[in-house]
Amino acid sequence: MIAAPATLSDCAHCGRATAAGRRFCCPGCAVAFETIEAMGLGRYYRQRLLDPSARPPRPEGESGLDLQRNIVTAADGTHTLSMAVDGLQCGACVWLIESVLAREPHVVAGRVNMTSRQLRLSWTGPTTEASRLVGAIERLGYRLVPFDAQALTAAQDTTGRTLLRALAVAGFASGNVMLISIGLWAGEAAGWLTGMGPATRDLLHWVSALIALPAIAYAGRPFFRSAFAALRNRRTNMDVPISVGVVLVSVMSLSETIAHAQHTYFDSAIALLFFLLIGRVLDHRARGQARATAEQLLTLRAADATVLLPDGTTERRPQQAIATGDRVLVGMGERIGADGIVERGTAPLDTSLVTGESLPATAAPGTAVFAGTLNLGEPLVVRATATGDTTLLADCVRLIEAAEARRSRFVVLADRVARLYAPAVHLAASSTFLWWYFVAAAPLGSALLTACAVLIVTCPCALALAVPAVQVIATSRLFRLGILLKSGTALERLADADTVVFDKTGTLTEPTLALVPGSYEPETLRAAAALAAHSRHPLARSLLAAAGPVAAAEDVTEVPGQGLQAGDIRLGSRRFCAIAEHPSQSAQAGGPELWFARPGHPATRFAFAERPRSDAAATVARLRAMGLTVKLISGDNAGAVAAIAQAVDIQDWQAGCSPVEKAAAIEALAQQNRRVLMVGDGLNDSPSLAAAYVSASPASAADISQTVADAVFQGVELAPVAIAIHAARQARSVMRSNLALSIGYNILMVPLAVAGWVTPWLAAAAMSSSSLLVMVNSFRARRI
Amino acid sequence: MTVILYLLAASLILGGGGLALFMWSLRSGQFEDLEGAANRILFDDEQD
Repeated sequence: MIAAPATLSDCAHCGRATAAGRRFCCPGCAVAFETIEAMGLGRYYRQRLLDPSARPPRPEGESGLDLQRNIVTAADGTHTLSMAVDGLQCGACVWLIESVLAREPHVVAGRVNMTSRQLRLSWTGPTTEASRLVGAIERLGYRLVPFDAQALTAAQDTTGRTLLRALAVAGFASGNVMLISIGLWAGEAAGWLTGMGPATRDLLHWVSALIALPAIAYAGRPFFRSAFAALRNRRTNMDVPISVGVVLVSVMSLSETIAHAQHTYFDSAIALLFFLLIGRVLDHRARGQARATAEQLLTLRAADATVLLPDGTTERRPQQAIATGDRVLVGMGERIGADGIVERGTAPLDTSLVTGESLPATAAPGTAVFAGTLNLGEPLVVRATATGDTTLLADCVRLIEAAEARRSRFVVLADRVARLYAPAVHLAASSTFLWWYFVAAAPLGSALLTACAVLIVTCPCALALAVPAVQVIATSRLFRLGILLKSGTALERLADADTVVFDKTGTLTEPTLALVPGSYEPETLRAAAALAAHSRHPLARSLLAAAGPVAAAEDVTEVPGQGLQAGDIRLGSRRFCAIAEHPSQSAQAGGPELWFARPGHPATRFAFAERPRSDAAATVARLRAMGLTVKLISGDNAGAVAAIAQAVDIQDWQAGCSPVEKAAAIEALAQQNRRVLMVGDGLNDSPSLAAAYVSASPASAADISQTVADAVFQGVELAPVAIAIHAARQARSVMRSNLALSIGYNILMVPLAVAGWVTPWLAAAAMSSSSLLVMVNSFRARRI
Repeated sequence: MTVILYLLAASLILGGGGLALFMWSLRSGQFEDLEGAANRILFDDEQD
């Protein structure tokens, strides 16, 4: 059975808008659709849910990346390759990829991990089989990029597993010890009636010790290790009082058990670790998501380059292996891997990654080109003049790294509290001991036990949950709204921001250029769009978008970098359409344009301009209403910047700034004690994104900007910037109320503990209820 | 009160069994792709 496309103008395979009456937007989609139907996997189309903000599954040809380097061969001859998958939309994509691989005879296992968006492929037979298998998936519209096998093992989440294992052990032990403790407390309460004999009590104490002590030794390791590291560096952190408290309480309880005493605190010690580990696991999860995203972006950026050897043959090499003087062949749709000078070929280049300019610039022999620019036209031969670490791209990366190192000094709220809290706890416990031992002349054991009780009730269980619980809840809420927070501290820094600096191109304006209404007939526009449907040039796409659904013309050929041609009808540059410079038209020259020439009709000029995002002005107003200062800093010329600034009502703007000047402007603001949120999308913005206190990028941004930015937002609207700040402020207030709650609780309990009134059951009840209270309060962060 | 001894042993064995199962599931990678697992059940039935 063949699934019908959703509407006439949606491509049956990738779902992207296409000409009316056509089922597919391109031959690649038609092939993919046929392949899937022929394999009987048509269910994919009925059950999938296309995510409009993700890359559509449109086949873009095989990438031809060198796979051999990353194949790992096991002793039994099975080869394994791990790859990042780009274009995963929903569970149906996972099913489709796995089903296609399952039909391949040599494949042992092909499994997609949806969380990390990785495909792990194992097969037997020749290693060259990899290209065929990867090609089969790429023809369906997914992009696969192999992972470096070594980098992958290094990135495996061992910390997360250790924490989960510790959490499981602590949970098991605390549950069992608590069960026994309830018996003990009941026996104590009923002591004057039936009574629990001292022998039974000792037995239960010993069993508790037997369960709790090994569990504490195992589950406490993350805390002990961190506390030890902090002490060695002559610092103190939250883990120091935790470790001291847990160890002291365990040792005391053991000696009490040996002495046949009435009270032990094994349940408190292990329950403490259990609650703290919940906080740690939540915290790690919030950070882990951010890290996984960054890794994914870095991997997808990796690409190979084709080097022309002196004997005329070509060789695929990783970009790092290009040497100065090498002649690099850059095909259509490929990024240039090195800075260099064009030797042969003329083609338009998409330089938006480097300059932020949205329109292609033409490169001809002799033109200097930069690494990271995208070739939109015929193949170019580029002689590399700078490679690897010396390219402009690498310079930007260095600027970013320097700024990131500076930013990593940001101290999170919880740590700032801990710095004050830890000494206070130690002071309270030790003065309690000193008072009982020297002043009240209590026996050593009972003085120590009272001091332990102080450590238990002040131990920051609720404090450790206060921040991570809010972080996880707020981040997942924002994630569902299409805002991805990539750094664990982004939420707190967003809440602190008091100035927003926007970039213009692609940030305040839409990522694509819009057609300027002109004096042409709608019919002319439709006729031109019929040709434009065949091109992926940004101007052709904008023209098509403006025209709405049209039937694509037949027999159209594209002359890369010049235009489209169907018989005598031409759409493209002025020269391509053979239109003489007309005196009356030279006035309107400048700015991006397309010309349309048909026999028997006058030539038509379509002009294009940037258009602010539909809600840009509203978002700027909302940000201002939230008390933020809004600025615009752009690399574009003053006229263009002024026009957009006026359209969205920003008075404070700067134009013509180079990437370095932009970053300097951000630093200058920081000097005035401003906390700047930088919103930008180009590679030219990335140094300033990194220099800012906190940063955000639209999902249409250059990969490197998304890697640097703390937050990435999806969709065509700018509103997520305001939503994110609002949510962050709300989360901050919940975090603060959480901290106040848990500290308030401790302040209430400390006098009781100092007075020696805290019995084991009271300590356990206080600890559990304060942790629960904080958890429940954290759920307020869900309302955004 | 000797019944306590049996009960203690029984509860520890049951709890320990649960812990061992969890450790096994963690080691066998069942916690690595929670999102994928949630989606997979929608497709598994008709697989041929």
